[in-house]
Amino acid sequence: MTKDECKKVVLDIIADIAPDEDLGNVKPEVRLRDQLQLDSMDFLDIVMELRKRHGIEVPEKDYPQLASLDSCAEYLTPKFDALAGKS
Amino acid sequence: MKPSRIVITGVGLTAPNGSSLAEFRANLLAGVAGIERKEIRYMGSQLAGVCHFDALKHQKKKEVRVGTRAGSIAIYCAREALADSGLNWDAVAKDRVGIYIGCTEHGNVETENEIYNISKFNYDTKFWSHYHNPRTVANNPAGEASLNLGVTGPAYTIGAACAAGNMGLVHAAQMLRLGEVDLALCGGVSESIHTFGIFAGFKSQNALATHDDPLKASRPFDKARNGIVISEGGALYTLERWDDARARGAKIYGEIAGYHVNSDASDYVLPNPTRQAECVHAAIRRAGLTPSDIHIVNTHATATTLGDIQECEAIRAVFGEGCPDTHINNTKSYIGHCMGAAGALELAGNLPSFDDLVVHPTINVDDLDPLCALPGLVLNHPRKVAKVDTILNNSFGMLGINSTLIVKRFVP
Repeated sequence: MTKDECKKVVLDIIADIAPDEDLGNVKPEVRLRDQLQLDSMDFLDIVMELRKRHGIEVPEKDYPQLASLDSCAEYLTPKFDALAGKS
Repeated sequence: MKPSRIVITGVGLTAPNGSSLAEFRANLLAGVAGIERKEIRYMGSQLAGVCHFDALKHQKKKEVRVGTRAGSIAIYCAREALADSGLNWDAVAKDRVGIYIGCTEHGNVETENEIYNISKFNYDTKFWSHYHNPRTVANNPAGEASLNLGVTGPAYTIGAACAAGNMGLVHAAQMLRLGEVDLALCGGVSESIHTFGIFAGFKSQNALATHDDPLKASRPFDKARNGIVISEGGALYTLERWDDARARGAKIYGEIAGYHVNSDASDYVLPNPTRQAECVHAAIRRAGLTPSDIHIVNTHATATTLGDIQECEAIRAVFGEGCPDTHINNTKSYIGHCMGAAGALELAGNLPSFDDLVVHPTINVDDLDPLCALPGLVLNHPRKVAKVDTILNNSFGMLGINSTLIVKRFVP
């Protein structure tokens, strides 16, 4: 999985959990909470949807890694690749 | 000291046959029911009263996703009631507003959904939603309304089974008289059609209605009635002290004249006509009236074989033969049983009678059960009457809770 594909996965999840938001201009380097109406429960939603849809586990200590699209891609891409390697 | 006069100044509602008082009333007078078939998890197609209000009128998509159906109904009804009241909401002190919402139950829907959800993940509870607790707490519908409206006064629900809709108004009147709040948003809501458990429970009781034609399925007092049609819905009112309503020149729908709440203490599910009659009598006494002063009696009757007969027995005991100006109707024949919203919705459907002097009928009575043949029963066609100064609304619930609310024409 490329990092851009990983960002797309995260954006697809955000589109479902924050359906009122315009995701057309999300800046990948900026914290998601600084540009979208997302609260702590929404971040738990992102964690839950990664688990449900993709079998990805994000332990609580790693939540800060989900701060921006760039940091999501850095953190999650190896996890997706590891899962793909298993299958 | 004489208690403050409490008046109704706004109505917001959603029923299976209308999402405004005007639409609801028009359909009650035109004999238009609102029952349809709905897929219920594990049970297949069932009869249900489904509301078709636009949740996004007053909520963002995310609020609808995160919240509950009961919360959406509460928000819609509260916002519509406030708009109807003519209050300048921006200028209202939000810490002096109370939200009191009757519920038959709350949390079944959300719990069933989560169990279904984790069933797809081998019942692994790590897939259980973090929203489960805020969705299932008993105060959820009132809490969601407080969030949406920015109300910082007391906001909670009142659990009183199917007597709960009346209880919302009763409690609000009490809180206004105590000076706890200056404005109350009150009534009842129900999301019951989204839980299979309520359908399955009534079916196991042999109390779930069946009929080839959904619109004919809810038929209180008819010989062929065979049970309850479960519905969702809501009705919330703005209640104010008369002094406050007068000061702002508010439109007045009616005045809370009297009420009573009691308990059967006799059975989990079977009604008790003696206690029901005591409840009605006590409400009439509190209103300073006699039975013959009551012009409309809106029955609770849900179309169960025994329940309808027992309520008729109670009404007969109170109103007997000496009440020629008392007209009796039933709203569930149109919309099914809206559970915690029933009392509040059914009252709303009758309030316009103060203005148009028409009593909406009980529909779907093709063959009146002689045991339900009350004098004054308005069957199948609206009745124009000489006088409507009082409306008495009955709502009864499981575990034997009875509520009677009387609203009278407002005379300054």
